[in-house]
Amino acid sequence: MSIDISQFLQTFYEESFEGLDIMESELLNLNVGSADKETINTIFRAAHSIKGGSGTFGLSSVADYTHVLETLLDEMRDGKRDVSQYSVDLMLQSVDVLREMLSALQSSEDLEHDRIASSHKQLTDLLSEGSSSSNEIDESVSSVEGNKENQSNGGWLIDFTPFPNLMKTGNDPVRIIRELDELGDLKIELDDEKIPSTDEIDPENCYLSWKLTLQTEADEETIKDVFAWVDDECDLKITPLVVSGEYTGPDRRDSQPVGQDRQIANRRSASKEQSSIRVGTDKVDDLINMVGELVITQSMLHQLHDVEEFNQHTLERLQDGLAQLEQHTRELQENVMRIRMMPISFAFQRFPRLVRDLSNQLGKSIELKLTGEQTELDKTVMEKIGDPLVHLVRNSLDHGIEMPDVRSEAGKPETGTIELNAFHQGGNIVIEIKDDGAGLNTNKILQKAKDNGLVKETDTLTKEQINDLIFQPGFSTADVVSDVSGRGVGMDVVRRNIRALNGTVDVSSSPGVGSVFTIRLPLTLAILDGQLVRVGNETYVVPLISIIESLQVKSEFVNAVTGSAEVYKLRNEYIPILRLYEVFDIEPDTKNLTKGMLVVVESEGQKIAIFVDELLSQQQVVIKSLETNFKKIDGLSGATILGDGTVALIADIVGLYHLYQKNIVPSELKVIHGGGVAA
Amino acid sequence: MATRILAVDDSASMRQMVTFTLKGAGYDVEEAADGQQALDKAKGGKFDLVLSDVNMPVMDGITLIKELRTLSNYKFTPILMLTTESTGDKKSEGKTAGATGWIVKPFNPDQLLTTIKKVLG
Repeated sequence: MSIDISQFLQTFYEESFEGLDIMESELLNLNVGSADKETINTIFRAAHSIKGGSGTFGLSSVADYTHVLETLLDEMRDGKRDVSQYSVDLMLQSVDVLREMLSALQSSEDLEHDRIASSHKQLTDLLSEGSSSSNEIDESVSSVEGNKENQSNGGWLIDFTPFPNLMKTGNDPVRIIRELDELGDLKIELDDEKIPSTDEIDPENCYLSWKLTLQTEADEETIKDVFAWVDDECDLKITPLVVSGEYTGPDRRDSQPVGQDRQIANRRSASKEQSSIRVGTDKVDDLINMVGELVITQSMLHQLHDVEEFNQHTLERLQDGLAQLEQHTRELQENVMRIRMMPISFAFQRFPRLVRDLSNQLGKSIELKLTGEQTELDKTVMEKIGDPLVHLVRNSLDHGIEMPDVRSEAGKPETGTIELNAFHQGGNIVIEIKDDGAGLNTNKILQKAKDNGLVKETDTLTKEQINDLIFQPGFSTADVVSDVSGRGVGMDVVRRNIRALNGTVDVSSSPGVGSVFTIRLPLTLAILDGQLVRVGNETYVVPLISIIESLQVKSEFVNAVTGSAEVYKLRNEYIPILRLYEVFDIEPDTKNLTKGMLVVVESEGQKIAIFVDELLSQQQVVIKSLETNFKKIDGLSGATILGDGTVALIADIVGLYHLYQKNIVPSELKVIHGGGVAA
Repeated sequence: MATRILAVDDSASMRQMVTFTLKGAGYDVEEAADGQQALDKAKGGKFDLVLSDVNMPVMDGITLIKELRTLSNYKFTPILMLTTESTGDKKSEGKTAGATGWIVKPFNPDQLLTTIKKVLG
């Protein structure tokens, strides 16, 4: 019988990656010098499982590599080896190596043999240092199958005297004898002399012993193997049989030494990495419940299917049924969405390591605090927020937190703090990256922006506007591009990536106290809270998150800057007006501003007033991609299907603003952009 | 009634492999992810054989074996440990605790079946 064990590989990879995450975070928890035994044990267990699994599933390279790591951890666990900084660093590095090995194997890529070999050597070098007595134990165990020159001589005489308690470990002399019988020709002599009288007998004890004569070609090791489990529970004497004449027993060799390295999974299927998600059973149970309810409602409505004519009673039942249907559908939708939600700890877990490594590299002392790790977020959003987060944390480490001496001079603790905090607010998830560093240097930023021509010499900007300049393309205040945060990626990319997720990023900062970067993200990318607006015969959806207010136009507040550009004065601010019918070239009910509505939206820190005929309802819409179904269109981020079956297009506020900019002479825009003291 | 086996391992892939192999051979298999879970399941029903990993969170395999042997239902039940060659000393520890024997990891499905069949007779 042969079983294709490659089918379990996917699970093995998943649990191994989880194990590596555990190893990493526990290694970071490990106090050098006074290591907590439980922590080491947890790390050991993870390594042990990976080793066991990789051996079983035929990934011998992983098994060999992990074996050294495991031995090292075993010695630490037994207190035979001190936990040094070097060994922790080395083990962290080996976690990376293992992760790479497993990823490569999972996607059927080639292994980086050089890197693996050098890391393996570092580990074995460390292992051979100091007192490592377990190394010897190890060898003695694994050399069991080493050839002991013990040729068979035709058979063995076996004196087998079990201790009375042999059966209390679930062993059975009969099983052993049966096994010996399979090795050759067995002659059994039973000795029952030790059976006590009936009143003294303990039925749980074994009182029998055997004299066994086995004619076989099997060697002594094989015989010993049969008794391996009861080694300590019996008197055993194995002596070579002195035979005259030739042995003509059956030639059978059934026994296989267990634990030999048999290459099993050579035919490991070239399984492409599948994107899978782990979902708690409670979530699945909820879903099944929900579907059950839906089916009941459906059958309730079905009963009304055959009604010839509706009366008061049946109509009420119909209404009830429809109301229930609506409720269940909504609940079902919410529950299905919950399946995609994962705690943000998945995105946070890499930061302890990152902060540790970078602060060592920079010579800074930094403590990382994580809060709100259980806050849930859509899996896709989670995957895409990782890089921007890393960039922001690197930035805080590099530019935010000062060197220890600078900090103590400023009367601050030498150890800086970076806090990552996630929480839900409204329909959004908010992630804060907060440091207690020097804060943003507004003078330096302003000067740089002026040098780069982002701002005019004469412009007066508020503090918020200056801080916001760091998100402008091509902006960097670091005089020397550092290895840590200056990797050719600027804050503008961070903002662009976050915007691509329909999110926003802002910064607030005070000199000497620190900075807070705030990321706001929608909980999911699949559903949008929208305001429906009508222009002529068309319905558009404006994302609710970007709407500040909607208002009726008072003509005295409308100013024309020059020619085509119009602005609306709203509480000391001048907001450009964008007539949606002009952008999309449709026939509106009215072109008169006072007869329609202005929807004031904000995006990229820029407010814009969108002129529409009428506001309709607010509702959640399911986003359908235009790009996959049609093509990308400027000013639109997607489409949705409304309750009545018509298609509504979803406005992309950033895109609309860019469209608007294109239609206006740049210099006029600058006036608005630069602080809004125009007209 | 089919022979019932309790498979205990904290690694899901290991459990999958063991269960698949044993079920394929006609055994009735229940899984547990740690010693405590196994003990609860063992108390809830009678198993003909217990197959347990040693290193597990919550309750390790050695403790599980000790606990099982105190139950009258499991006094003589074969209990096999899944050990690795590097945890050699665990074998004697396990034996003292009352283990019947051990299967050394890594093993393949055929080796597992051979041993199980041998024990169950």
